[in-house]
Amino acid sequence: MKSGLRTGLVAAGTVALLLVLNSLFTGSLVSGVAMPPYILQVICLAGINIILAVSLNLINGFTGQFSIGHAGFMAIGAYASAYVTVAWGDRFRGATSFLPEFARDGALLLFSLAVGALLAAIAGFFVGVPSLRLRGDYLAIVTLGFGEIIRVFILNIDAVGGARGYSGIPKLANFFWIYLFAAITVVVVSRTVKSSFGRTLIAIREDEIAAEAMGVDTTRSKVISFVLSSALAGIGGGLFGHYLMYLHTNSFTFIKSIEIIIMIVIGGLGSITGSVLGAMLFIALTEGLREFSQYRMVLFSLLLIIIMIVRPQGILGHLEFRQFFGRRRRLDAPTPPAIT
Amino acid sequence: MRIPMRIPMRIRYLLAGSVCALLVAMLACRAGEKAGSAGGEILVGEYGSLTGGIATFGISTRDGSSQAFDEINKAGGVLGKKIHLLVEDDQSKPEEVGTVVTKLINQNHVVAMLGHVASSYSLAAAPICQANKVPMITPSSTNPRVTQIGDYIFRVCFMDDFQGSVMAKFAADTLKAKRVAILVDIRNDYSVGLQKVFREQFTKRGGTIVAEQSFSQGDSDFHAQLTQIKATNPDAIYVPGYYTEVGTIAHQEKELGLNVPLLGGDGWDSPKLWEIGGNALNGCYFSDHYSTDDPSPIVQKFVTDYKSRYKNQLPDALAALAYDAAKILADAMTRAGSTDGAKVRDAIAATKEYQGVTGKITIGPDRNAVKPAVVLKVENGKYVLVETISPEQVKL
Amino acid sequence: MTTFLQQLVNGLSLGSIYALIALGYTMVYGVLRLINFAHGDVYMVGAYVGYYLSRKLQGKEPSLPNAILVMMGAMAACAIFGLIIERLAYRPVRKASRLTLLITAIGVSLFIENAAQLVFGADPKFFPSLAPRADFIVAGVRLTSEQITVIAVSFLLMILLRFFIQKTRTGKAMRAVSFNLDAAKLMGISTDRIIATTFAVGSALAAAAGVLIGMQIPKIDPLMGILYGLKAFVAAVLGGIGNVPGAVLGGLLIGTSEVMVVGYLSSTYRDAIAFGILILVLILRPQGILGRVTKEKV
Repeated sequence: MKSGLRTGLVAAGTVALLLVLNSLFTGSLVSGVAMPPYILQVICLAGINIILAVSLNLINGFTGQFSIGHAGFMAIGAYASAYVTVAWGDRFRGATSFLPEFARDGALLLFSLAVGALLAAIAGFFVGVPSLRLRGDYLAIVTLGFGEIIRVFILNIDAVGGARGYSGIPKLANFFWIYLFAAITVVVVSRTVKSSFGRTLIAIREDEIAAEAMGVDTTRSKVISFVLSSALAGIGGGLFGHYLMYLHTNSFTFIKSIEIIIMIVIGGLGSITGSVLGAMLFIALTEGLREFSQYRMVLFSLLLIIIMIVRPQGILGHLEFRQFFGRRRRLDAPTPPAIT
Repeated sequence: MRIPMRIPMRIRYLLAGSVCALLVAMLACRAGEKAGSAGGEILVGEYGSLTGGIATFGISTRDGSSQAFDEINKAGGVLGKKIHLLVEDDQSKPEEVGTVVTKLINQNHVVAMLGHVASSYSLAAAPICQANKVPMITPSSTNPRVTQIGDYIFRVCFMDDFQGSVMAKFAADTLKAKRVAILVDIRNDYSVGLQKVFREQFTKRGGTIVAEQSFSQGDSDFHAQLTQIKATNPDAIYVPGYYTEVGTIAHQEKELGLNVPLLGGDGWDSPKLWEIGGNALNGCYFSDHYSTDDPSPIVQKFVTDYKSRYKNQLPDALAALAYDAAKILADAMTRAGSTDGAKVRDAIAATKEYQGVTGKITIGPDRNAVKPAVVLKVENGKYVLVETISPEQVKL
Repeated sequence: MTTFLQQLVNGLSLGSIYALIALGYTMVYGVLRLINFAHGDVYMVGAYVGYYLSRKLQGKEPSLPNAILVMMGAMAACAIFGLIIERLAYRPVRKASRLTLLITAIGVSLFIENAAQLVFGADPKFFPSLAPRADFIVAGVRLTSEQITVIAVSFLLMILLRFFIQKTRTGKAMRAVSFNLDAAKLMGISTDRIIATTFAVGSALAAAAGVLIGMQIPKIDPLMGILYGLKAFVAAVLGGIGNVPGAVLGGLLIGTSEVMVVGYLSSTYRDAIAFGILILVLILRPQGILGRVTKEKV
């Protein structure tokens, strides 16, 4: 009971803190004090990256299944939730007219994200069931293939703009919503990993055959973690669309999936705080190097190679932030992914 | 279980600290970077693709607009100040556009915006410019929806529907073609738009579309599509794509023994079209904004200056349109007597019969340019003017 | 029917390009278990080396010796380029996890692509014709000399590779390394040298593919390696990654089916169908068409 109260308090505190920060950043709390919009945009995009990276880490880092199709699920979430607000937004607002303005927007966003997450989860299920029987690189290439197929199909749906891109999406997402969902993603993934179900995932990562021998239904566990990860990616995609107000299928190529993989690998595979750090570092690097205009990506790729050579296990390795610095030794620190 | 630590704890703190400090410093640099230099200059932003898949278009556009601003600055600038053009690269990624445009507007405080070539990218930027009340002129996005975003968004080129009608009229009336095949870039909104209008207008004029094949930007093998088209015996093939693909298509068309003219749109215009396609392109036609052979002094001056500035390269239509867009923007600022967003917007909207490189430009009530198109014929590396077609002429 | 046969020829010539690139993927995968993402970019560099070499030789009439010279030059340059990549980027991380190796490969790929845009320019280049051309019409099907060259050279190179792997000492060592790296080391094989050789040979084949595509298309640009690299990789997996004849079969299959999809359906679905076939094959035959079933040891 006591711990339930504590959890509630922490949650309420987080929401309140995010609300205060949000109004501080946009300049409505203290007049004259505001975060420059460009910096705020970078921070918000970093938040979306956190959602994507942490959710992918569940598959790639904790379950040990190598997926390069994350952008596809992100695209499904993005397009589905954007379609909900564009096509049904007015009707939804009419039905919820008893609510004040901001609550109506919030409810609409939540509803659209729920639809996006649901569709992404369904897609995750249909992709996961056949492909998770495969291992290693075969799984990687199949998820890559599914990601591209998803993209080609969205490109051919005229209702969401096709080749023109999908414009006219209302800007419902902001700092508050993005970081609220980033926090939720982190909590969901870390709770999952620490649960008994999470142990089975880690067992699969360490040795799939041994796990199977111990009575773990490996396919079922892998599919569940894949579906959960896809749903979270769908939420990330939904926020992406509602923040940038524009979607184009070229944003969801396999390059995007690879960017997310880069984030989790530089942060440290199998470390949630590592993914958070990796996501932030990734965007800080790409934006920070903007100064160098056309040399930017050359420098970025060089840095990436150097990071890999100097610290092959990622910045935090497999450790969480607290373990990396703290003296508190925990017996149950997860071991690094097996080198197979 | 814990991996033996090789790095001492103190070093770890130091490492993490310096990484954090580096990040903060990077962002802070960016935050502080502008602010100071706004004093004696007027800042104009441009977003375009300088790297990535469509970089070649972004580079032409940047070259055209920076030539225009340099000329203006040499002549004393605008409102007694020099114009400083800030170009940001979006790496040919649509999701980068939002960040780049936000940066230009809020970080660099540009007073106006130029860009983009591709309509889909302009559509991503337009809502941001509109919301911040920064006037935006797109030099070469031809999709009708771009300027419908709001009253701060303008364009100096004609639109897809006009260009498609021009080619349909030319094919039916001048070439007397009866059977035309279409080869469209399916992932390119520009190409799909032109193809739609062309098909509609050409059939209205009594022609038949005998085959419809598609490709995607970046493709390099068109044997399959052309083999299919060859089987239908067309009089001509309409290929509303970019020159990067068209040159290759022409080459492979001739290779397969298919000897009918290709027809196209302004996406063809570049000296590189000839470089890639060579002799295979002889006798092909495309609609365009202007002809570098136009004897009028303004065109010739632009062409000569451009060639001396950029290693003897001929300017393509994208460079010419960017040049005009920049000049019209400067002209509007002068007439407005201010760089205030709303005033500049009103002045751009009031542009009447401005004599640009790409013809007399009048901005209509829907913020689109009203101007004629030309049809050019490819002859041994030269693009020869065949016909000028005005908006009235294509009405049915 | 003529159209169909013509499409078949188109498909085979596209497929042999995929096959040549796929060989490099498969060989590197065989020895290092690494998906060498930068391989498609090596192919691009090969095309550019060929471009600059043939520009140097211009002025002379297109002739067969010139064409061979350009091809050899590009292959040699890329073999060295492959060695440099292996030495500087991959060898330092070879001991780390495979994912680290993969991200390094992605980094190398990004680096080559972006550096190429700076060095060669972002705009596409036209590849000059190298050999005198002639067309042959067989049963209504037009065979261009380019198509014949592409198919013939590809097959010649593949046969040479087969011979190299099966008969030479280095080839045998290569197979030993791919079978079991540690055991090969214990047998006194210098694995470092074998891995480097593999990179050199694979890169040379990619360069040959780059020159061949330059002759046929004839347009090259700095990002041309992404799509071809991806397709060739799919081909390698389809045929059974690590398996040389499999890569050839996969390349020809992907090339032909793409051409057929474009010709008879729509180009929009071309990539979707290429991947669709791949997924179907892998679900039915997880080790690829010619791949060996590897029993996992417990």
